[in-house]
Amino acid sequence: MRPFTYERATDAKAAVKAAAQTPNAKFLAGGTNLLDLMKLEIETPTHLIDVGRLPMAGIEATADGGLRIGAMATNSHVAADATVRARYPVLTQAIVSGGSGQLRNKASTAGNLLQRTRCAYFYDTSKPCNKRAPGSGCGALEGLNRNSAIFGASHACIATHPSDMAVALVALDARVEVLSPSGAARSFPLMELHRLPAERPEMDTHLVPGELITAVVLPPPPAGGQLYRKVRDRASYAAGLASVAVAGGRIALGAVAHKPWRAADAEAALASGASPAEAIAAELKNASENGRNGFKINLVSRLVPAAIEEARSQGRGA
Amino acid sequence: MKTTITVNGQARTLDVDTRTTLLDALRERLALPGTKKGCDHGQCGACTVLVNGVRINSCLSLAVMHDGDAVTTIEGIGTVGKLAPIQQAFLTEDAFQCGYCTPGQICSALGMLQEVADNWPSQETTDLTGKINFTDAELRERMSGNICRCSAYPQIVAAIRSVAGDAA
Repeated sequence: MRPFTYERATDAKAAVKAAAQTPNAKFLAGGTNLLDLMKLEIETPTHLIDVGRLPMAGIEATADGGLRIGAMATNSHVAADATVRARYPVLTQAIVSGGSGQLRNKASTAGNLLQRTRCAYFYDTSKPCNKRAPGSGCGALEGLNRNSAIFGASHACIATHPSDMAVALVALDARVEVLSPSGAARSFPLMELHRLPAERPEMDTHLVPGELITAVVLPPPPAGGQLYRKVRDRASYAAGLASVAVAGGRIALGAVAHKPWRAADAEAALASGASPAEAIAAELKNASENGRNGFKINLVSRLVPAAIEEARSQGRGA
Repeated sequence: MKTTITVNGQARTLDVDTRTTLLDALRERLALPGTKKGCDHGQCGACTVLVNGVRINSCLSLAVMHDGDAVTTIEGIGTVGKLAPIQQAFLTEDAFQCGYCTPGQICSALGMLQEVADNWPSQETTDLTGKINFTDAELRERMSGNICRCSAYPQIVAAIRSVAGDAA
């Protein structure tokens, strides 16, 4: 690990100010992903601003019947929250399908959104990777790309976003609240947080440097059933090969793109009366493969209709 | 950097390099080698300790992040002369071969049983709004962050089960 200085932030405004004033600084919350990457010298910040104890861990109802989840709420606390379990079960299901109990106890809501890809070429510093070392090339394009993206990839990067939680949040139409270094707050749809790789895969999100995520806000849950289903190589504690979150008529896919993938074409097809199988076929018209990841197209074509049917039957039962 | 951590009930003040993980602080600076370093990347669970009663991977945390925290390691759970029930259960059920993962398994099991008592869900939980039915499938799922390369899993499940009581 490269040397760095450390400070524990006492309030959010001071934290964003410090981030803006210190070159090569990073926010630290749970640390489960950042510290792992720092050990491998993939992340090399020279200053860490520990925001883990800022009073932003609350989960509270909003005036319009939604829920505001503080950025520092741990993954475990969000998954166990009574309101989340009762009204947003897809979110609990997504969270508990990711990581291990130990990791979920430490990982924060904001940190989960900002975790970086698990692409093997991103992790292996002896290999080219445009995300880790811009301009070095993409080893996955013609390499071990079994778990690479099938939607929205570019010739520069075919990595996927690893979060399960974010997939459910996108299906729930969540918004993100951020604090800017100027002290101004802004909020925008979570769907607009993450970028597609295009020519700049080193940039995961649209956040400007120094911006701090302070909360995730859920609108009231949509009518209809909710379900998260994840397919992976092991029964537990493994990254997804493909996953789907269904929330009423909204569908998001995980482990298939550089961002949580809202299946807009599938949703439009469903809304106009298409069957679940027809709907996902409409979405998969946009899919492309790079060789070893071609099986994901078949996998998604089976996974999604099954999840939609199950969510619908639960929606009818409720 | 000056950091004070209460370890097994005793306040310990250290001057640490910021890069020092909680795991290395415990093992190398506080002479508590019971907590083990396996993968050092949060994948194996050998380094599991309880921080303020909650299980975490001590390898993926910096010592300086824990200033003011209370940490319990395997040394604080029981001693050779006075074993905790979960430790005795691992002996009785023969829940290890080499024993390297055992401190992490035991700390993880204690944290996990508290999570069940607090009715936290897992991916095996079918009724998210009811009370957890603590089946063996629940137990195995909740312990999936602890790997045993000797593959003593059936005995580990039996040891934890003997302390937890039967499922409903």
